[in-house]
Amino acid sequence: MKPELKKNVRAWLYLLPAVAFLAVFMVYPLIDVVIYSMEEGYNFASQTYRGTGLYNFRFVLRDPYFLQALKNTFIIVIITVPISTGLALLIAVVLSSIKKLRELYQTVFFLPYVTNTLAVGLVFMILFKKTPYSDGMINLLIKLFGGSAVDFIDGPYAAKMFIMCFYTIWVVMPFKILILTSALASVNEIYYKAARVDGTSPFRVFYRITLPMISPIIFYLIITGFIGAFKAYSDEVALFGTNLNAAGMNTIVGYVYDMLYGDSGGYPSYAAAAALILFAIVFTITAINLMVSKSKVYYK
Amino acid sequence: MKIRLEHLTKRFPNRNKKIKTEVVAVNDFDIEIPDGKLIGLLGPSGCGKSTALNLICGLEAPSEGRIYFGDEDVTDIPPEKRGVGLVFQNYALYPHLTVRENIIFPLQNLKGDKKLTKDEMNRKAEEAARLVQIENLMDRRPGEMSGGQQQRVAIARALVKMPNVLLLDEPLSNLDARLRLQTREELSRIQKETGITTIFVTHDQEEAMSISDMIVVMKDGVINQTGEPQKVYDDPVNLFVAKFLGTPPINVFEGEVRDNKLYVGENDILDIKGADDKKVYVGIRPEGFVLNPAGRLKCKFVRVEVMGRDTSVIATNEAFLGESIRAIIPTEEKKEPADGVVCFDVKPFKVLIFDRETEERIYFEA
Repeated sequence: MKPELKKNVRAWLYLLPAVAFLAVFMVYPLIDVVIYSMEEGYNFASQTYRGTGLYNFRFVLRDPYFLQALKNTFIIVIITVPISTGLALLIAVVLSSIKKLRELYQTVFFLPYVTNTLAVGLVFMILFKKTPYSDGMINLLIKLFGGSAVDFIDGPYAAKMFIMCFYTIWVVMPFKILILTSALASVNEIYYKAARVDGTSPFRVFYRITLPMISPIIFYLIITGFIGAFKAYSDEVALFGTNLNAAGMNTIVGYVYDMLYGDSGGYPSYAAAAALILFAIVFTITAINLMVSKSKVYYK
Repeated sequence: MKIRLEHLTKRFPNRNKKIKTEVVAVNDFDIEIPDGKLIGLLGPSGCGKSTALNLICGLEAPSEGRIYFGDEDVTDIPPEKRGVGLVFQNYALYPHLTVRENIIFPLQNLKGDKKLTKDEMNRKAEEAARLVQIENLMDRRPGEMSGGQQQRVAIARALVKMPNVLLLDEPLSNLDARLRLQTREELSRIQKETGITTIFVTHDQEEAMSISDMIVVMKDGVINQTGEPQKVYDDPVNLFVAKFLGTPPINVFEGEVRDNKLYVGENDILDIKGADDKKVYVGIRPEGFVLNPAGRLKCKFVRVEVMGRDTSVIATNEAFLGESIRAIIPTEEKKEPADGVVCFDVKPFKVLIFDRETEERIYFEA
């Protein structure tokens, strides 16, 4: 055997465990998803199908439940990603500039991250839900200021969407604050000194020095934020329970789950089609993000 | 602009919070820096020279004392209103901005009636770039340039507002040996061309001696001596200054003044007048030795060392403090003694004696 070939064989041998694992648990299921999505009229019990084609995609795209899920997901993404990132940046900047009680605040802001999602959901229900016995904490406050009570959990769509976004932002922000605080700390003090000698205003220091320096991190948070928000599901369950279609608060991932295991379950082909549509959306958005970032983000 | 420091003191709380005593970084600075000169602030690492620079710049507020620029008291004025330009040790160029944007940055901060139009800013930036000869690099980023080029950009950025005072913190320490030589000439030229009072901090005495009009030697936050470099070298006030200036460093022996003779060990090396009998330190500059087979200072020969232009005799002596004596001799006299003993005469004006206790200089007549 040629030495070069021998070297290659050995390299592949080393890679084998990882490659085998990925092949079985990543590549095969991925290919399977594509196959499922093309099989029309698939019967789960008999494992048979009528024919192949794009019918599953047509069905999913015309299904009002899917369209509702698509709309919900997009609203959640568009509202929560910018607000949570912007707010996290603001909090991180303020946190970095205070000295007293900094650790305390850091801990407080980080608490949601280590708290169980379902437990938090329960607390939100107690705060916002209207029951025959109580209007909930928030409604008491609203009434105190002269408003009328709103049912955030079973009430109008806007109220439900508001609480959904509020909750999502609250849950995803701690991680962003943590990352941004360390990003801010990593900016060399010397640049701020140089800016001070030149009499740079605080806003300009932030806009022209701090922001460009931490732009790779911000960009990372935006991309992962988008992807995470598109995959939203468990937070919705925590607030509105498992029957999300009935609540009108389903998401794409929720739709996929329902098609597989929900009340209307047993339709892996529809689930696969919906999953692929979600993949196409995430892929497109990420590609756009990357293109925008090329001109905006400064890498060392 | 003339700078006057009056009893300037800076104390820092101890980093270890349990220790209540404060660290005095700058202790009672009292000097006047003449207008339009290049001043080297010189001292070993940690002696407070950078703190002194930060005080003059305004990045730190003094614990006590006043700072005057000309006749104006600037002690309580923030850095941007003092009219200072500061070049940081690692340049602190904004890595995401081009050279042009870096140089223009300070100009864009100007407000009110000082505000400049875009054309004026560009013109000034180009002027500053021309002064440090980087006009052809305007569109590069700092990461795409050598250390020497970055240094020039940093100087241009400090100069673009035409400050009254230019401050440089260890300006040459990040450059390699060859570039350092070149850049220090450049610094000297830029200073002369602009006539801006310039203070630079360094721990490298050679650097300070070569280009400064005046050096200020510091130790532990205290000014030991100020003056023209050569004068300080020839006439140091204490052992520290004598040891700190000069490469190779001064040779220090334990010695004694007795009956108008200066002894090093058993050898009386010099007849002197005007110094009391006492035990002293004797410092002899490497260039102060003269090879003479009948010389009065007898040392054990170790080896001859030739390094480029200099030929040195390396020797030892029981009274010597340190590893080995280094005496620079003319190359043609290079030969090894047969019996392993090398004898020197000394040049009286290259011999300095210091008190054993205070380490202060003792003056004598040869």
